Amino acid sequence: MPRRTMIEAIRDAMDVSMARDERVIVFGEDVGFFGGVFRCTQGLQAKYGKSRCFDAPISESGIVGSAIGMAAYGLKPCVEVQFADYVYPAYDQIVSEAARLRYRSNGDFTCPIVVRMPTGGGIFGGQTHSQSPEALFTHVSGLKVVVPSNPHDAKGLLIAAIEDPDPVIFLEPKRLYNGPFDGHHERPVTPWSKHELGEVADGHYTVPLGKAVIRRPGAAVTVLAYGTMVYVAEAAAEETGIDAEIIDLRTLLPLDLETIVGSVKKTGRCVIVHEATLTSGFGAELSALVQENCFYHLEAPVARVAGWDTPYPHAQEWDYFPGPARLGRALVETMEV
Amino acid sequence: MADAGLLRFHVPEPEVRPGGTPDFSDVTIPKAGSVPRPEIDVDPRTIRDMAFSIIRVLNRAGEAVGPWAGLLSDDELLEGLRHMMTLRSFDARMQMAQRQGKTSFYMQHLGEEAVSCAFRKALAPGDMNFPTYRQAGLLIADGYPMVTMMNQIYSNEADPLKGRQLPIMYSSKEHGFFSISGNLATQYIQAVGWAMASAISNDSKIAAAWIGDGSTAESDFHSALVFASTYKAPVVLNVVNNQWAISTFQGIARGGSGTFAARGLGFGIPSLRVDGNDYLAVHAVAKWAAERARKNLGPTLVEYVTYRVGAHSSSDDPSAYRPKAESDAWPLGDPIVRLKNHLIQRGVWSDERHTQAEAEILETVIAAQREAERHGTLHAGGKPSARDMFEGVYAEMPPHLRRQRQQAGV
Repeated sequence: MPRRTMIEAIRDAMDVSMARDERVIVFGEDVGFFGGVFRCTQGLQAKYGKSRCFDAPISESGIVGSAIGMAAYGLKPCVEVQFADYVYPAYDQIVSEAARLRYRSNGDFTCPIVVRMPTGGGIFGGQTHSQSPEALFTHVSGLKVVVPSNPHDAKGLLIAAIEDPDPVIFLEPKRLYNGPFDGHHERPVTPWSKHELGEVADGHYTVPLGKAVIRRPGAAVTVLAYGTMVYVAEAAAEETGIDAEIIDLRTLLPLDLETIVGSVKKTGRCVIVHEATLTSGFGAELSALVQENCFYHLEAPVARVAGWDTPYPHAQEWDYFPGPARLGRALVETMEV
Repeated sequence: MADAGLLRFHVPEPEVRPGGTPDFSDVTIPKAGSVPRPEIDVDPRTIRDMAFSIIRVLNRAGEAVGPWAGLLSDDELLEGLRHMMTLRSFDARMQMAQRQGKTSFYMQHLGEEAVSCAFRKALAPGDMNFPTYRQAGLLIADGYPMVTMMNQIYSNEADPLKGRQLPIMYSSKEHGFFSISGNLATQYIQAVGWAMASAISNDSKIAAAWIGDGSTAESDFHSALVFASTYKAPVVLNVVNNQWAISTFQGIARGGSGTFAARGLGFGIPSLRVDGNDYLAVHAVAKWAAERARKNLGPTLVEYVTYRVGAHSSSDDPSAYRPKAESDAWPLGDPIVRLKNHLIQRGVWSDERHTQAEAEILETVIAAQREAERHGTLHAGGKPSARDMFEGVYAEMPPHLRRQRQQAGV
C-alpha cells in the first residue's frame, strides 16, 4: 500500500471526492492556483478547473458564508480557513447559520459543508498559528468536529466529512502534516513514510465519523487523546512503563462515548490530554462524562493535561506544549492514587 | 477654528427628535421619469450618478412616466395592489394577534409593501431570495398560503418549522424564500454563494440578497459585495433603506457615504437607487437587475428609498426616538395609495372598488386566521411535540441527543 504524508492524504481525499461527485467544490485563500500554503490542494485546480477549485478573497466570513449559500443551492463545498487561529471572523456564520440551518428550517435547507483548518502548536507558530479552538465548536449544537491524527484516518475521515449531510469542522494538526510527533523536539522528526499509519489506500474509503479507535491497548489507565497528543501519549506510556490504553477520539462531536466508557470501566483510571487551554476546554466535557458514566469504576480522580490558560507563546513553546514528560507525570500520579 | 488643535468626536444625529416638527427638506426627490434607463450591459462606470439619484415612475398626478414605465399590464398592476393590500391587512391582524397574546412577537411592513411585493414579480421560478424579517411580501406575492404563515407565527401544531423558530422567521425553498435567521446580514453573503453555485453549475437561476440600512454596517455586507464583485455572481443585492434601524437613524450606518447605493460603486458594482414606495419603479428596476444577473453580466446593488412607518417590532415604541407624525411627512408617500391612484388614473380602479377590495381581503385574512387558530396559538390549542425539539439538529440523531430525549421523557 502506498505511504503518504498527511498533506498528501488530505489532498487525495479531496481529489477522490471531487472525481466522484461534481458537487464537491474546494476554495479558500491561496487554495487555487498555488495549491494552498500547506500544499493540501496542489494540482486540484489544474485537474478540475477553476469553477471547482479556486482562490478566495481574504475573508473568512465570506468563505464560510458563501459556502453555506452554495450548500443551500445543492453543492458540497469543502472550504479552507488558512489557520484555525483565523476562523473567528467566520464564527457567526458557523455557529448561527451552518450549525442551525437544518434545524431552523426543519430540513427545508441543509448545510453539507466541510470547513478544513490547520490547528495545533509545536511548530513555533506563536499566538496566531498554534491555537486549538475545538472546544469553541464542540459547544455548538448542529456541528460535527473531527481531528485526525494520521494520514490513513485523515483521508478516510475527510471523505466521510465531505459526504456527511451536516456541517463538519475538520481540524488538521499541522504538526502532523509531514510526520508523527511525540513532543520530543530535540530528536529528528520521522516522516510518515516510516510509519505504518502512513499507509493510505488509493481510491475511495471512509473512516466513519463518531468512532474512536484504541491506538494502544492497555490495562492500567485510559488516556483520552486526539491529534498530536496521540503520539505524546504513546511516548509517555513507553517512557513511564505504564500500561496505558490510548484512545484516539478522532471525532469529538458526536463523541464515541461507548469506547471511552468501556475502556475506563476496564482500567479504572483516566487521563485526558489536549493541546488546547485547560479551562472549559474539551477535556472538561470528557472528564465530566467519564465521571458521570464510570464513577463506581474509578480508582483515582480523572486527570487533565492541557495547554496552560495563556495565549500560545513563542519562545516558551516547549514549556507550553503538553509533552511526554508532563503527561508521564500525570500518568504516574494517577497510578499512585 | 479657535480650538483647532483639539480633536472633537462626531456622532451623527437625525434632524428631528420627538416633539419636533418632521423635516425632510434635505431629502432631494428627483422628478418621476427623470432618471434614464440604461441598457443592461452598460459600463458600470458610466452610470455612477444613478447611485445618487432616485428612479421614479409615478408622478404626483398618479401617471406612469419616463423610461422605466410601461412594463406592467393593468392586470399585473391590479394584482400587485392586491398583494400589497393583503400584506398590510395580514400585518394588522397579526399585530393585533400579538397584542391579544396569541403569539409572542410580530414585525410589520407598514409603508414598505411595494418593495418585496413588486420585487417578487421580477423573479423567475427557481430563483432564490435571501430575505430579512421584513420581506414577507415575497411570500404573499408568490402565493404562499397565509394560513401556513400564521401557523408559523402561532408556533402551533401545523407550524412547518415545528415551533423551533421565532414568529415570522419563515422558510420556504419551494417559494424561493431562504430560511430567515435572527442574525443580521448573514444571509447577504449566503445569497452571493448561492448565486456562485448557480453559475458553477451552469444553471440559469439567480439569487436576491436582502438587507436593511442599519445592517449594511455588518461585516457580512462587505464580504458579500467583495465576493459578488470578484466572481461576478448572478445576484441582485437589495438594500432597503427605511431610514431607521430600531431607534437608530440611517446616518449612523451610512456615515459619510452619500447614499447606501454609493457603497456599491467602490466594488465596481452597478448601483441604482429607486423610489421604494413606487410599485412600478421597484418592479422595473428589479427586472433590470435580474436580467443583468441572468445574462451573466454580474451583480447589481439596488437601494430602495422608503420609510418604516410602523414600529420596529411589536416590542418597540418609536415615539421614544422620532416624531409621531414623521411618516405623514415622508415625501414618497404611501405605496398602496400611490398605486391605487395610478390605477384610478388609468381608469381600471375606483375608490369604491378599493374599499370593496379592502373588505374582501380582510375577510380572506380573517378566514385564514380562523383556520390557523384551529391548529392552536402559542399558548392555547395544538402545539408541536417536545420530541420535535430534538429532531433535525443533524440528519441522523446522534447518541447524545437520543439520551437527552430519553431524559426529557418525550
